[in-house]
Amino acid sequence: MLYHSLPLAASQLEAARSQMAFTLGFHIILASLGVALPAIMLIANYRGLRHDDADALLLARRWSQVVAVTFAVGAVTGTVLSFEFGLLWPAFTGRFGKVFGVLFAVEGIFFFLEAILVAIYIFGWKRLAPWKHFWAGVPIVICGLGGAFSVVAVNSWMNQPQGFSPTSGNVTSVQPLKVIFNPAVPYEVPHMILAAYLVTGFIVASIYAVGMLRGRRDRYHRLGLLIPLTVACIATPIQFVVGDTAARAIASDQPIKFAAMECVQTTHADVTEYIYGRCTSSGIKGGLGIPGFDSVLVGGSTSTVVTGLDTAPANKRPPLNTLLHWAFDTMVGICTMLILLGLWFGFVWWRKRDIPKTPWFLRAVAVSGISAVVALECGWIVTEVGRQPWIVYNVMRTKDAVTNSSGVWVTFTLVLLLYVLLGTVLVITLRAMSRRWRAEGDRESDVPYGPEEAVSSEAAP
Amino acid sequence: MSTADAVAAVLWVGVTAYAVFGGADFGAGFWSLVAGRSEQGKRARELCDWAIGPVWEANHVWLIFVLVVLWTGFSTAFEAVFSTLFIPLSLAAFGIVLRGSGFAFHKTARRLAGRSVSERVFGLSSLFTPFFMGTVVGAVASGRVPVGNATGDPVTSWLNPVSLLIGAMFLATSAYLSAVFLVSDGRRAGTPDLEHYFKLRALAAGLVAGAVAFAGIFVLHADADYLYHGLTHEGLPLVVLSALCGLGVLVLLRRGAPRGARPLAVGAVAAVVWAWGVAQYPYLLPQTLTIKNGAAPSATLTSILIVFGAAVLLVIPAIALLYSLAQRSMVEEGERPTAVN
Repeated sequence: MLYHSLPLAASQLEAARSQMAFTLGFHIILASLGVALPAIMLIANYRGLRHDDADALLLARRWSQVVAVTFAVGAVTGTVLSFEFGLLWPAFTGRFGKVFGVLFAVEGIFFFLEAILVAIYIFGWKRLAPWKHFWAGVPIVICGLGGAFSVVAVNSWMNQPQGFSPTSGNVTSVQPLKVIFNPAVPYEVPHMILAAYLVTGFIVASIYAVGMLRGRRDRYHRLGLLIPLTVACIATPIQFVVGDTAARAIASDQPIKFAAMECVQTTHADVTEYIYGRCTSSGIKGGLGIPGFDSVLVGGSTSTVVTGLDTAPANKRPPLNTLLHWAFDTMVGICTMLILLGLWFGFVWWRKRDIPKTPWFLRAVAVSGISAVVALECGWIVTEVGRQPWIVYNVMRTKDAVTNSSGVWVTFTLVLLLYVLLGTVLVITLRAMSRRWRAEGDRESDVPYGPEEAVSSEAAP
Repeated sequence: MSTADAVAAVLWVGVTAYAVFGGADFGAGFWSLVAGRSEQGKRARELCDWAIGPVWEANHVWLIFVLVVLWTGFSTAFEAVFSTLFIPLSLAAFGIVLRGSGFAFHKTARRLAGRSVSERVFGLSSLFTPFFMGTVVGAVASGRVPVGNATGDPVTSWLNPVSLLIGAMFLATSAYLSAVFLVSDGRRAGTPDLEHYFKLRALAAGLVAGAVAFAGIFVLHADADYLYHGLTHEGLPLVVLSALCGLGVLVLLRRGAPRGARPLAVGAVAAVVWAWGVAQYPYLLPQTLTIKNGAAPSATLTSILIVFGAAVLLVIPAIALLYSLAQRSMVEEGERPTAVN
């Protein structure tokens, strides 16, 4: 059959990988919002009820409307991903669905509960009693964490597959607990959950920073900046430590992936750490080199030996090493900058109980959201491209997983158009919502619960 | 009953729930599409929105449930279905994207133009998504999906009499189920005219669904021997039950009985889904792959059953809470359709 001729099959693989990368890269932003935005919303809700703070309640109510829209779109893009397990990678799911599938079943429970509770929370503002309404929201956060665990654990398993036999041919025996708690879970799962919190926190904070730069410096905007920024600034340094642990774990668990990330060609000690630069078969060209530092990062001393790409034959090395290296450096660089932003904020807050007065602080916060998203995407490029040519590390190649059905280029083109449209409409909708809120101001009628219903304690500081 | 059979039953529970809840949801999209621009049409659309607003997302999680149980419990069948039926499943996925985002956005779009475009998108995709899913079911049920990575015919596997029939069947039952639901939603909203409006439509859709099912007997006889045999033998009691439920709904609606129509309509759909399951037993892919041969290793099957048990304990109370809050109008956004005097 013409479909199965080799050149077409190769382009089929490219199309499938492009479509997967694109849809996953799109979904991960919405998924991050889905995991972390409910938590930020509930912090505002709690503050509103506890301190009888009308601004905080208004923020919580408005953020819940954003949760409604992003959760719905995220549910849709997530459904597309589950279709793609079959549409793009039928041979992968056909062989290993019985191994990793249980994790998705667990995720299904969390997602189901989340969908139900999100509906109750969003639609319950008017009729439910205030604290009952708040508590209906709390499990959403737990479900978000559980769901993130389950899905990321599948990706961890693809990096560190275990718990099934035999490793070639049809799987006849599965040990679910070894699959669920595979060796990459302890660093990959927290890394993604923290990423969700810091990305969401910086995105929301950046929106209010823009508002403040445009002169809307009321308490409502200040609070809208403070709550998410605090969450993000707490998450970022923890993320740096977890990320560092992950990188060292990868250096030992998937040495070739690490070698490609850092463009280490030959195995040796005292390896120079290059910041950016172009990867070539004879080492890095250009870039800023720090002698011995790569060895220090991997093993704590310059005498640490780092595995090079030369230990694997060419057909077992990841492609696009420069892209990998740049993605890794960009992610680490952005995280570093965000930590500095957090230190600035923390220091001024500690001294003055206020956000830094200079507009440069607001400008920095205003670009932090988009920077955090770039870092998130870079992280996925590192883990996904770095695992190639394997779909299941050292067990199954991506080219053996792809569908034999023709037409992936067509669906990829359609998906691209559809998602661009979807993203545009999403942004337009969110902007329209924000304009409408501005027009409404903070009228009394917009405050969800009457003040007499709220448990009022000491006055807000 | 073996563990594999138990997991197949779990899969069927998911399929049934999706057929009922997802179906009613698609149907609401259909009615909102055909409601037209008249004042009454506008209010009918408002009722559709108001009724499915709080529950539509949860309704569609059943689809994810079905996909996950299929790929975990019966990976081989999943591979075969999703590779051979690449075209209709891709189209269904596009439909889900358009439908979900159309619905998400039209509530927030205040400007009339944006609102009417997203309503149209929502309505049209509510039409073609269940149709393509129906063609997939037809392909499986008529034995056109062989085991392997895209080893079946990419086109005729789903463009054939049985697939078209089941696609039409999906549309008709969705519209029917949804209209029956909307009759009671109209009553709950205090809009007797809309109650009447959907009563007429429920009767019409019920008759169409019945006619399609009747035509189906001949199509299946000619084109899907194994399924036809199963439906007329082991599955016959369920087919009869479904028909009786369907007739019961028509009688209750005509009499204007306040309750009973909804559970009977659900019963009619559930019975026909289980009739299909029984007719196809013991095959996942009729006459090429049995449940036993296609099943995952036993530890995986056991895990699915454990997770399903947990789901029953956790999700059922939550979903019951949501539906009861929705029925008591404790969760709602936006205005219910206004009553006319």
